[in-house]
Amino acid sequence: MVLKGKVHKFNIDDLNTDYIISGRYKFKTIDMKELSQHLMEDLDESFYQKIKPGDFIVAGKNFGCGSSREQAPLVIKFAGISAVLAKSFARIFFRNAINTGLPVIECDTDQIENGDEIEVNLEEGQVKNITKNLILSIKPLPQMMIKILNDGGLVEHFKKYKGFKID
Amino acid sequence: MGETLAEKILSLKSGKKVSTGEIVLANLDFIMAQDGTAPLVIKAFNEMGGERVFDSSKIAFVIDHSAPSPNEGVSSLHKMMRDFAQKYGIILYEVGEGVCHQLLPEKGHVVPGDLVIGADSHTCTYGALGAFATGLGSTDLAAALISGKMWFKVPETFELILKGKLPRGVYSKDLALFLIGKITADGATYKSIEFKGGAIKELSVEARFTLSNMAVEMGAKVGLIAPDEETLTWVNKHSRKKSNPLFSDDDALYEKSFEFNVSYLEPQVAKPHQVDNVIPIGEVEGTEISQAFLGTCTNGRLEDLEIAAQIMKGRKVKSGVRFIIAPASREIFLTAIKKGLIEVLVEAGGVVVTPGCGCCVGTHNGIPSDGENIISSANRNFKGRMGNPNAFIYLASPATVAASAIEGKIADPRKYLEKRLD
Ligand code: SF4
Repeated sequence: MVLKGKVHKFNIDDLNTDYIISGRYKFKTIDMKELSQHLMEDLDESFYQKIKPGDFIVAGKNFGCGSSREQAPLVIKFAGISAVLAKSFARIFFRNAINTGLPVIECDTDQIENGDEIEVNLEEGQVKNITKNLILSIKPLPQMMIKILNDGGLVEHFKKYKGFKID
Repeated sequence: MGETLAEKILSLKSGKKVSTGEIVLANLDFIMAQDGTAPLVIKAFNEMGGERVFDSSKIAFVIDHSAPSPNEGVSSLHKMMRDFAQKYGIILYEVGEGVCHQLLPEKGHVVPGDLVIGADSHTCTYGALGAFATGLGSTDLAAALISGKMWFKVPETFELILKGKLPRGVYSKDLALFLIGKITADGATYKSIEFKGGAIKELSVEARFTLSNMAVEMGAKVGLIAPDEETLTWVNKHSRKKSNPLFSDDDALYEKSFEFNVSYLEPQVAKPHQVDNVIPIGEVEGTEISQAFLGTCTNGRLEDLEIAAQIMKGRKVKSGVRFIIAPASREIFLTAIKKGLIEVLVEAGGVVVTPGCGCCVGTHNGIPSDGENIISSANRNFKGRMGNPNAFIYLASPATVAASAIEGKIADPRKYLEKRLD
């Protein structure tokens, strides 16, 4: 899978699930298209309008900490973001992202700035910063997660194997 | 080589000797989802082609996050949960029963040695009973409802040894905040934590829940406390399930060990907007507050209401301050009524809301206005957490919350306790 697009950088650590989608919206509906319009609203009110399909969200460490709400990766995906790049991720968010088919990439995001054009190659495990002409390496995912991501998320994985397929 | 407590439980539940870093498939003892996550569980369950649940007696849905419903959108999601619960015969805890993390242990669904998952990040609370309990998302939950299993990466373990004894006016909440300040919000990401040492032995089971509850605020997967006499007495009072107390081996391998003496700990406060932004109370004393909140899965238990009532007795909430109380469960609420605690708190000017999450997560029941400071006994002070991104949340113990409600500013609770006991 090769993804290409522009970077929206949030220059902060611990970007939590309340920032991604505030609790004041998420309890009302499970319509992700509607919820996605509120993505990162408390950090940048017009963020949703700035996204072009295929763009990336880039941030510091511990991205997605906080609640277990799966709405968090889902609204990112439904807003048209193709992947999130961070120095590290909180564990529940990380699992939820893979389960819902949103690629999450651990790499040195200090080398990426807002507005940069980047290309992510998941198979080769690298990020190319086209604007800066840099190659960054990706921390590899556990085998089980690669399998779930390749199957298109956990729902598809489960349908295919009628259960979890480990090994 | 010996096993840590996390490895012990995962070995038992996966039927083989596991080791750190390995991916294992394990059998679950209990599964929970709440009204913020259950609707997506149901959706994923249907998309997976789920036809039945693996064991309806081991699954509970809890309506606690927006209960009673504040609007029709929430009402229809609640209905979706009720319909699913009825169709598949799973356990449903209705509006007013309480917060999920109080209910699971209180209703006897979790005992030492269990493996439990919940679609809520604070599922780690039951680690206080020596159960491997962790939060996951809705799609994982749906897969678990069907299969009764979940995959886990066996975590490395941090050992937190706590020596000494907490001084008067300083509680397990202060200890939890202190540790988060030291370990930081992502310092234990993916790890298991074992809380150990004499200071832990001294804590009641209720107080231990507070500590395990906040393990996730350090990024941890689980926050375990080995069961002891105290645990087993508590569990036997609440559950008919058979306990299986497990312990880490003496030669278990820990990734890191930390040791702290808690005997001189002071009340702690986490300042906005990060849980690890922790300082001793002296540094924020006097900060004006508009609302004080006592409740949540962290500190809405009987002991917490008792501490608050002890401080409030014969005193009044400062005029202009809202003091909101959400007992963590109906049982706690009833006991607090019988013991006269609710009378004390309401007489002082407190407002009691439905047992449940209250205003913790900003759905209803006390959303602050712009620029206001809140002192809260909850576990998170993220921007926007209580429903308004322009408010400022300070986290503290129930004692500090009560003392602050009286003064209308952040106050050290020790003076109230000392006066009374002299
Ligand atoms: S009380 Fe707060 S932290 Fe606990 S489960 Fe409810 S919303 Fe979550």
